[in-house]
Amino acid sequence: MRKRFKRIGALIQKESIQIVRDWRTLLMVLLLPVLEMFLFAYAVSLTVDHIPTAVADMSMDSQSQAFVNALIASGYFDVETYVADEKAAVRAIDEGQVRAGIVIPPDFSARVARGDAQVLVLLDGSDSSTVSSGYSAALAVAQARGMELVVEKVNRMGMGALGGGPSGDVTALPIATSMRVLYNPARDDMIFVVPGLTAILLQVMAIGQAAVAVVRERELGVDEQILISPARPLEILVGKMAPNLVLIVVDMLIIVLFGIFWFGVPFRGNPWVFGWLSLLFIVSGLGLGLLISTVAKTQKQAQQITMLFMMLCMLLTGLIYPREPMPLLVRAVGNLIPATYFVRIARGIITKGVGVSFMWRDVAILVGYSVLVMVLAATTFKKRLD
Amino acid sequence: MENGVAISSRGLVKTFDTREGTVRAVDGLDLTVRRGETFGLIGPDGAGKTTATRVILGLLRRSAGESHILGYDSMRDTYEIRERVGYIAQQFALPADLTVMENMRFFASVQGVSRREQARRIPELLGFAGLSAFGDRLAGRLSGGMKKKLALACSLVHEPQVLMLDEPTLGVDPVSRREFWEMLGDLRAEKGVTIFFCTPYMDEAERCDWVGLIYEGCLIAHDSPEAIKKKVPGRLLEFTPSDFVPAWRAVEEMDGVLEVQTYGAMLHVFVDDVARRREEIETAMATQGITCQGTREIEPRMEEAFISLIRRQ
Repeated sequence: MRKRFKRIGALIQKESIQIVRDWRTLLMVLLLPVLEMFLFAYAVSLTVDHIPTAVADMSMDSQSQAFVNALIASGYFDVETYVADEKAAVRAIDEGQVRAGIVIPPDFSARVARGDAQVLVLLDGSDSSTVSSGYSAALAVAQARGMELVVEKVNRMGMGALGGGPSGDVTALPIATSMRVLYNPARDDMIFVVPGLTAILLQVMAIGQAAVAVVRERELGVDEQILISPARPLEILVGKMAPNLVLIVVDMLIIVLFGIFWFGVPFRGNPWVFGWLSLLFIVSGLGLGLLISTVAKTQKQAQQITMLFMMLCMLLTGLIYPREPMPLLVRAVGNLIPATYFVRIARGIITKGVGVSFMWRDVAILVGYSVLVMVLAATTFKKRLD
Repeated sequence: MENGVAISSRGLVKTFDTREGTVRAVDGLDLTVRRGETFGLIGPDGAGKTTATRVILGLLRRSAGESHILGYDSMRDTYEIRERVGYIAQQFALPADLTVMENMRFFASVQGVSRREQARRIPELLGFAGLSAFGDRLAGRLSGGMKKKLALACSLVHEPQVLMLDEPTLGVDPVSRREFWEMLGDLRAEKGVTIFFCTPYMDEAERCDWVGLIYEGCLIAHDSPEAIKKKVPGRLLEFTPSDFVPAWRAVEEMDGVLEVQTYGAMLHVFVDDVARRREEIETAMATQGITCQGTREIEPRMEEAFISLIRRQ
């Protein structure tokens, strides 16, 4: 038994020396997440404001003008042009002149007095960010004025509104949008993004590190020399994973601390719970990386697969694009990514400050995932070359 | 466990399933290596040396037959074997981003060598390998010859009873090669380690106590070097003809000529009676207008023996 610890100790020491000695990669692993956070904060904007808008005001009375002014005042709509009617507004969107249209029917003041006023908001459906922003803003303004809002998404190129004919049905918009408004009243993007981004970054880092660590040795033939030692496959596995686990945990601390102290993201939940759950999550990522290493024959392949994973994480985990409107098959693929669950957990703990009992389903899945993935990875570590 | 036998295999078979079908890389290999012996597995590329070595070590799954090291079965007692055997793979690669010292300590620790023993053995082995001054050099920055010596030192740190080397001197310069063999010689003399090595270099076979000639997956000879060389019938004449191809053709047809091998620009002719046939050959050449230079009798070496034996398969 003491020999086993000695062996594992030697393997961990070797892996640690190798990680630290490759200071370029080490630096990248530690700093890249910070760089990405900066990119998200200052380069990417998830909230679209100053949307170019066409206004078709068919009432031209005090109420209608007040409404249009309220929209302009919100900062979300910039009136580019005044058009005659709905058709003209749609055409303006089609031609790309504007990205939204406001259509106010005739007798607006009278209807407001009666309490059944309606305003039609046309949104450029090809850009979901515009849709989300435009919808939220228009809704806020309309609700403030106690009226019903009819929203349509117009597809550019005149292909008709999504989910219906050219005159469009009212399209259901995702609940995530309102969630954003609920917990993010100032709608500060970074508060929304950081928790989810943490999940994605940790996921990709963990997978990448684990996969490359194994494949690199195999590529060089070092694995045969290690295999001929009495080290058991499980010990080799632990020796590879332990130092990388520490590395990614350091990464996590860097990301979270940066988020809190630089971007001012409030950490509303229990940090210990978050810490343990993130540990679990990182383990699942490392396990996935190990599984990838069994498929990838060269480091390049391992990198490519990691890239693919990053893409999937960005698109399917609910970080940017809400998952509810996704087709079943696509959503199922997202379900296979551990980050999907941790995005929810991270947001739950950091942004909402809820306890584990609210997220027990996600936590349970994450636990099961980690165990499964580690078991699978362990069985693929063989004690022979074939 | 048979006393005195370090390595043995009976009817060892290893097959691979490839796209072209099943390949029998090792096809019924029987060999025995006694304790303290130096055994050379000699054969051309693709004969199955590396595969056989790996199967005996338990690095590849055995398809059929038996194989043991120190009485331990290759498949069942894999870890016992790994604790007692040192191995340098053909594509040996030590972690290049660890220093010489770190490499030694890693292999020692993973073999369970105690700290105290490490403090004693590591400097000794580094001195033995001529690497004492390079303790802090990254392994990847060593020359080819030095890397091999480091690999040797790492494989000896747990004081194994058996050392298995797969083409240890491949790609190494002649000077380093000689140093390497001197090191092995010292090892044998002082510690009585059983050494098993694979090589395509026939001259290295001369250094062995016992040789196994392997060809297409099985042994075509399993004997001492002298005995193998005696297996070639007749005596060996060597000469350089002025006109190569006609000389070759002519000599092959002559009486008393058992076998003709080419060696660069020279012909190696195995004859039954040196004195008689030498004259006959020279006469025959002269009639064709071919002169013979440097005609002399030489001792058959492993190469000639090997080629002769292969031809007879």
